[in-house]
Amino acid sequence: MSSRQPFPFSAIVGQDEMKQAMILTAIDPTIGGVLVFGDRGTGKSTAVRALSGLLPQITAVAGCPVNAETREACPEWATITDESLIEKPTPVVDLPLGVTEDRVVGALDIERALSHGEKAFEPGLLARANRGYLYIDEVNLLEDHVVDLLLDVAQSGENVVEREGLSIRHPARFVLVGSGNPEEGELRPQLLDRFGLSVEVASPRDVETRIEVIRRRDAYETDHGRFMDAWAEADAILRDQIVAARSALKTRETPDATLRACAELCIALGSDGLRGELTLLRAARALAAFEGFETVEIQHVKAVAPSALRHRLRRDPLDEAGTGARVGRVVAEVLG
Amino acid sequence: MSGPLQRARLALRLLAVDPSGLGGAHLRARTGPVRAALEADINALPGPIRRIHPAITDEQLFGGVDLSATLAEGRTVRAAGLLETPCTLVLPMAERCRSDLAARLGAALDRQSHCVIALDEGVEPEEGLPPALADRLAFSVDLEDLSLGDIGPADPPPTGARRTDAVHVPAGAISDLALLAESLGVESPRALLLALRAARAHAALEDRAELEAADLTVAAALVLAPRATRLPQMEDDTPEAEEEPPPPPPPEEPENAEQPDAPAQEQEQDMMIPQDLLLEAAAAVLPADLLARLAVGSSGMVRAGGSGAGQQRKGNRRGRPMPARQGRLDGTNRLDLIGTLRAAAPWQPLRRTHAKTAQSLHVRASDFRIKRYKEMSDRLLIFVVDASGSAAMTRLAEAKGAVELLLGEAYARRDHVALVAFRGEGADVLLPPTRSLVQTKRRLAALPGGGGTPLAAGMQAALEVGLGARSKGMTPTVALLTDGRANIALDGQADRQAAGADATRMARLLRGNNMPGLVIDMSPRPQRPLRALAEVLDAPYIPLPRADSKRLSTAVSAALDA
Repeated sequence: MSSRQPFPFSAIVGQDEMKQAMILTAIDPTIGGVLVFGDRGTGKSTAVRALSGLLPQITAVAGCPVNAETREACPEWATITDESLIEKPTPVVDLPLGVTEDRVVGALDIERALSHGEKAFEPGLLARANRGYLYIDEVNLLEDHVVDLLLDVAQSGENVVEREGLSIRHPARFVLVGSGNPEEGELRPQLLDRFGLSVEVASPRDVETRIEVIRRRDAYETDHGRFMDAWAEADAILRDQIVAARSALKTRETPDATLRACAELCIALGSDGLRGELTLLRAARALAAFEGFETVEIQHVKAVAPSALRHRLRRDPLDEAGTGARVGRVVAEVLG
Repeated sequence: MSGPLQRARLALRLLAVDPSGLGGAHLRARTGPVRAALEADINALPGPIRRIHPAITDEQLFGGVDLSATLAEGRTVRAAGLLETPCTLVLPMAERCRSDLAARLGAALDRQSHCVIALDEGVEPEEGLPPALADRLAFSVDLEDLSLGDIGPADPPPTGARRTDAVHVPAGAISDLALLAESLGVESPRALLLALRAARAHAALEDRAELEAADLTVAAALVLAPRATRLPQMEDDTPEAEEEPPPPPPPEEPENAEQPDAPAQEQEQDMMIPQDLLLEAAAAVLPADLLARLAVGSSGMVRAGGSGAGQQRKGNRRGRPMPARQGRLDGTNRLDLIGTLRAAAPWQPLRRTHAKTAQSLHVRASDFRIKRYKEMSDRLLIFVVDASGSAAMTRLAEAKGAVELLLGEAYARRDHVALVAFRGEGADVLLPPTRSLVQTKRRLAALPGGGGTPLAAGMQAALEVGLGARSKGMTPTVALLTDGRANIALDGQADRQAAGADATRMARLLRGNNMPGLVIDMSPRPQRPLRALAEVLDAPYIPLPRADSKRLSTAVSAALDA
């Protein structure tokens, strides 16, 4: 069953904010990851797995452990057996909860050490996730010592291993995608801050939407081939849009009015640091590129403001509506 | 649907048809004849059956390098994990399952390769399976309060079972289920998917090519009803269904094709399944104490959600050392070298004679001893002092004296203290959590009085300090010293009514966050509203005994140690 293709991204019913956030990070990875928090059974994991089927392929050296683009970019510690360039799907690497430090950062290759007496490095998940996505389900239950490792690497884009007599470094630039259920625990603010966008998902409320969810899922499970064919085209269109937006990204102009709107919004919300503004701007620019606009307009800022700022506010314990509603309110006040 | 045991058996039979698609079953029963009767049905499930336990390690689940075999053979030997090959996992003592294990099993269930039978032996209502796992298991049956007499003979094994995907789903069936889920307050779309799968499995079991009313009825009763969060609004016969606990429905053989129940009689219309029939089927098995259980469920959630609410935690990272225990090295714990050597010592002569290699020390994996630590989390006393005009008039000075005495004791117990004062329009954290007694005393002495009483703002500041401290591993306690005459609301408005309401809401929030507290009334005569506030806080209420801060301090210590 595991060989079955993931559920098509375009076939996910509703959850537009989550889908938008994932598309934006696919266009501009520097936005820095998506955090999806919400009820159980709302398609969080489905969306991430669908992403791997949606994203365009990358060119990489076949035998390279860190998916380097050219032979020169491969780390010198790696023995590359196959130097040919191949097209492969964008890596989406799962970080399971119970993972050990060794598996994450890589460690001494025990097999080679024992059988050949060689000191060799066995790359970990961070190496495999380079140029792709690192997905952590139930990110709020992740053990602290693994979180610490991730914080460091997500910040620097480089994994440095200094252990067991090894001294190794390799690029580890990935988009962090986390999902979880807030009822089971909060996320440390330091990790929260590393995610560029944060979305809240909820179960669909109206019966029609829910019927559609069930209908599609049922078709996916019982009539797999036909269902995938039916949605392949929609996924292909979306993929082309993402590729087009990626190349258009650099030429988008940002008028001063938009910059001012970003800054005013962040000041009004009292978000800590400047990371909020930067993410807001990047996300708005990616959205403008995606929708085919030449300049980044206020409307784009408005559309991405909740995702980009929701997790950067100080918590108001009496605000039961959640921070998303607060951002919406301030957006309406500041930007009209 | 007849009794719970029959329902459980039917659930297991449906699982046998589609084990990985349905995810599994959550059976709540303590060991006894009822469970023994079910074990036979569980063992009849197809595929290999593995028993796991709540403390199972990741190596056993996911596999890993078999260290001792690797060392012996000189090449990496991997041990296969239980989650690598499809099988049915039976989890006894499921109520002890931690949320991280639930998350791991949940991930395996999402890949649709496994089936989990969770045998929940919870006694207290708040004990139970973690919701992350329970949500992924199609069936949930409560088998409490069944006696030996309720156990009927096992049903004959099912006859025909066709493939579940060969079952045709008529157009109206999905919307019928969705509407039913709506009226039962089942929000998760996953529940709906599982219900549809269960209906399919039932049709396959009965060897039908198309879903029928009976299949949907079974799905409604087995999958949707246990997940109900509200009582359905029934058009005609609401009163009986709501007030009576599930009326004992006529016993019926669930697996026989006849289904001599309501749907068959009233099916004068045609395929469109009457919504109220489905509702009835679900309502018949709704837990009798649904509302009571909901209340428990929500408060239990809050309790479990707190990060480090316990006073004492066992870990293997830091804290006071405890005796080492036998265990495996899994990367998160540390080896107790001395303990390991001590365990290996007696065996040395024996091992040396059988050893193939000429090493001087023979250590086996079974000798490994793991370090354990008991970490006492520090207590943090957050003093929230009312410095308003009304309080200053009366006994601010006395309160200061009392706090100083308490501080002295806190110092002796190595507690941390924090100081929050509120007056005028808001509250200030005069001193973030510290152990410095001198600083605290200095700040306290310099505390001026006067202005309004923004009680809610003071409590809010205390909550923030407390939550911050808790995330650092401390156990916060809030000591509120006030005369209770709140007259400034949270937004700074001078409105006595709103101020009181805000204070009550803050108190509820403090309690919701599991922050223990105590309320010290420093007004000349005890205030009734303050006593009510203390009740909301679930905190002891201590009227300040006149001019005797010593007695106050004993009262506070008694309340804290209780």
